[in-house]
Amino acid sequence: MEKLRQTPSQTVGPFFAYSLTAEQYGYDYNSLINGLLINHDTEGERIYITGRIYDGKGQTIPDALIELWQADANGQYRSLPIHQKNDGFTGLGRLGTGTDVQDRFLFTTIKPGSIGDGQAPHINIILFMRGSLHRLYTRLYFSDESATNSQDELFNTIPEERRNTLIAQRKQNAGRIEYHFDIYMQGEKETVFLMYITNDVIS
Amino acid sequence: MENSQLIEVEPINFNVQPPHLYSEYKSTILRSPTKPLIPVKEQLKDLSLPAFGDSAIGKWDHDLTKNARKNGEPIGERIKVSGKVMDEYGRPLRNVLVEIWQANAAGRYIHKAEIHDAPLDPNFLGAGRMLTDREGRYSFYTIKPGAYPWGNHFNAWRPNHIHFSVIGHQIGHRLVTQMYFPGDPLFEFDPIFQSVPKHARELLIAKFRMDWTEPEFALAYEFNIVLNGKCQTPFE
Ligand SMILES: [Fe+3]
Repeated sequence: MEKLRQTPSQTVGPFFAYSLTAEQYGYDYNSLINGLLINHDTEGERIYITGRIYDGKGQTIPDALIELWQADANGQYRSLPIHQKNDGFTGLGRLGTGTDVQDRFLFTTIKPGSIGDGQAPHINIILFMRGSLHRLYTRLYFSDESATNSQDELFNTIPEERRNTLIAQRKQNAGRIEYHFDIYMQGEKETVFLMYITNDVIS
Repeated sequence: MENSQLIEVEPINFNVQPPHLYSEYKSTILRSPTKPLIPVKEQLKDLSLPAFGDSAIGKWDHDLTKNARKNGEPIGERIKVSGKVMDEYGRPLRNVLVEIWQANAAGRYIHKAEIHDAPLDPNFLGAGRMLTDREGRYSFYTIKPGAYPWGNHFNAWRPNHIHFSVIGHQIGHRLVTQMYFPGDPLFEFDPIFQSVPKHARELLIAKFRMDWTEPEFALAYEFNIVLNGKCQTPFE
């Protein structure tokens, strides 16, 4: 079977907000995906995921788009279609970094369970921004899971000195549990980015 | 690796994909990874992305000439943009969420941070979305977007384009791209378009389809999208 050529990737640019995150930015268009991954019936420990994205000069990035995709407290990804915004536990989140004075994102969710042997609890992150020609994948692990993190198959393939770039720090803030996860595009603390390549790559 | 002059950040399919760092597009300089990306092992790649139900999509979400009308028709050339979303083996991917956004006919985005002083159109938002059907097809009605200036370098202009965001079936299927129009004289001056290897740029240019036009209503363009990798979901 002759293979087709993939569609090349292009940047999300600076002006995605009125389509992809319209409600967050106050545009007159509804959103299917936002910063809330659960509803009040969702089982599990309520947590907030917050952080900022830094460029190579240490400036925070105010026009990035960040997506989260996670399993529920039992380690199950949602398999039923999402019919509306905040349709129970969706496990899917999406925010821009342009509506907070400090360029933070703030997701409301529950801590995911392990999806199986050799997998520490984690959240998949997909990142887009002006100045990035590709989607970038990374993974968030939890600071209070160091024992399971050290058993994680993917975590262990990452050079040891870079593993801490994937660990969100657990903090108590005004009675709620926040995990802080800053993303560094470049520099000493450059976040580990992942690639999901199937085949036929030139390496 | 230590001896290689060019550190390959990601062994992307450089046949068609742009590099992460493309210095003519200045914002890539401080915003692209400098360290090699870490490959995810085979067994972890098949993670499914969420699917959306038909009811998630509004009645006019696919028609940008209607979905933001206030007191009349949006201004500009009405067009239809249609195509298929497929895997690399040409198999249609159904139920894929396709979201689009674009400037209006004058080259103005409704985005609050936009500074280009072309007029806004009170009847045009420039955002739409739909799910692909059983044959992997989508079809939007919209207004042909105008070119607009940007700050990358002196007298920089973007060619006419529509932004696309696609959520396919697997995590590796996530794509954000831009669709261009045939014969645009700005192609050779636009570093975002030029970041794609020369022989693959045609993949981002829609085809004019006279046979798909709607007489006395709209011209038609075809833009097919091929996602990375093969689809693992069973086909009936
Ligand atoms: Fe644009």
